[in-house]
Amino acid sequence: MSRYRGNVKAVRDLVRPAEVHRDVYIDDEVFQLEMEHLFANTWVYIGHDSQIPNPGDYYGTTIGLQPVLMVRHTDNTVKVLFNRCPHKGTRITTEACGNTGKFFRCPYHAWSFKTDGSLLAIPLKKGYENTGLEQSHAGKGMASVRHVRNYRGFVFAKMNDAGPGFEEFFGESLSSFDNMVDRSPVGKLEVAGGPLRYMHNCNWKMLVENQTDTCHPMVAHESSAGTAINVWKNAPPGTKKPMAVEIFAPFMSPYEFFENMGIRVWPNGHGHTGVHHSIHSDYSAIPGYFEKMVAAYGEERAKHILGENRHNTVYFPNLMIKGPIQLIRLFKPLAPNKTLVESWTFRLVDAPDVLLERTQMYNRLINAPTSVVGHDDLEMYERAQEGLHVDANQWVNVQRLYDPQEPVDVTAETNGTTEWQMRNQFHAWQKFMTMSM
Amino acid sequence: MTAPTDKEIIDFVIHEARLLDQHRFEEWLALYTDDAYYWMPLEWGQTDPKLVGSLMYEDKLLLQIRVERLKGNRTFSQKPKSRCHHVLQTPQIDSRDDAKGEYITWTPMHYVETRQDEQQLYAAWATHTLVTVGGALKIKLKRVDLVNCEAAFGNIQLFM
Repeated sequence: MSRYRGNVKAVRDLVRPAEVHRDVYIDDEVFQLEMEHLFANTWVYIGHDSQIPNPGDYYGTTIGLQPVLMVRHTDNTVKVLFNRCPHKGTRITTEACGNTGKFFRCPYHAWSFKTDGSLLAIPLKKGYENTGLEQSHAGKGMASVRHVRNYRGFVFAKMNDAGPGFEEFFGESLSSFDNMVDRSPVGKLEVAGGPLRYMHNCNWKMLVENQTDTCHPMVAHESSAGTAINVWKNAPPGTKKPMAVEIFAPFMSPYEFFENMGIRVWPNGHGHTGVHHSIHSDYSAIPGYFEKMVAAYGEERAKHILGENRHNTVYFPNLMIKGPIQLIRLFKPLAPNKTLVESWTFRLVDAPDVLLERTQMYNRLINAPTSVVGHDDLEMYERAQEGLHVDANQWVNVQRLYDPQEPVDVTAETNGTTEWQMRNQFHAWQKFMTMSM
Repeated sequence: MTAPTDKEIIDFVIHEARLLDQHRFEEWLALYTDDAYYWMPLEWGQTDPKLVGSLMYEDKLLLQIRVERLKGNRTFSQKPKSRCHHVLQTPQIDSRDDAKGEYITWTPMHYVETRQDEQQLYAAWATHTLVTVGGALKIKLKRVDLVNCEAAFGNIQLFM
């Protein structure tokens, strides 16, 4: 029995202005519809082009549940192909990344394809003479994802023709990517090794919402950040504050800190915390870095770039980036109650190594399956995933600082403890879920 | 000062695991030198702990924070607490430098961590760099290489 398939109104009714129905987190059918519609109508992050620097380099990932691969074509452009042989469906590559040379070759029957997906050769091809293979799905080669855009190294793809173009979809939110890339004196990032991979037994949207939830750090992370502060108090006077304490301590900032940091929302579900300052604002200066930035950009512009310390920028539907520390987190949905979180780090090309050291430390301390911060976040998500099965109240509240006159799909700046960004995401969810139904 | 015997080195490594299994974390931490690191690489054969991602690369301050946190009333992910269980192969002494007082052991192990109804099994190799401090063995570096280091994991909350 379908409650939601073929019933646009039922899907739309899951989202109210300041609350959402639990089925968006726990219902199998809603999840399936998200894979078919939401992840097809939106621009989904694929990977960074520094993962595939040379022609023939490829990287395998997913859009929703569908395996795709990003590949550097012979003309140096980046293609995104569905990762299945058009013949029998065999996934073409299984290594996370590698170099395929001038063509892909399916390991099952040796059909081969150029790196743009087009069919190159089939063994014993005369067996297909006069069969009409050219008109079949198989004869067209590996299908490519139709809409691909490489923005300053970050590659996004959209499967459906429906939905807005890249610039319209992201709009001014791209300024967070700009700030991250501009922090390299040569305006270039390089991926710094494989990601931390953290399995979560909860719905992917809980993680996305948490990225702009500024009322939880001092509560959920008291045990880690608060303990870090207390242990550090025992250090002999005059000891230099370690990088790890600089990273942990701001999580315990009072509510006023987070209220004043501000939140900015953008159309189509994007938004960020840390308009004015953030937990990344007061890290120690790295010797030699500012001088390099001034040499590259001039003092005024260098100060402007480094003065922008956005906390978390959410790119709807499932990406978060931290410009000031060159780190991104991708929330990959696997099932209504299962999400794989990948946390990727980047090197600022031509900047001192200590910056990357800090990025890696942040990732270990906050985003690893071994992270004491991550442990308590995951505990909250998993408790919510269970608690949502209570029938007596079937709604999740996102009402904090809600104004009944609140406009939708606008750019606005407001109090940093608002849940407007969560409401913004659900408005976008409703829009992109239903636009192709 | 006499150098530790092979048996003393082996017993030391086995004792470390026992302290963890019995939640004797303060005693466990006291086995580490002040400049010690506990390293759990993310990559197979990883050589760089700082500029490449790791699951853990923690100095004694960070280990102390973990040990303190495990005792806390608001440590929500430890309500109820995790438990762990080590099965070690006999540690093999890969190198001994009596002049320097430095010994390296290699210990294949299975590690089980449980919490509520979940039980996870991990397979790993532990490499201990031990030094003698005031006549006693201490851990200068414990490196834990998971067989599936790059796999996706749920919470790993205690120490391997």
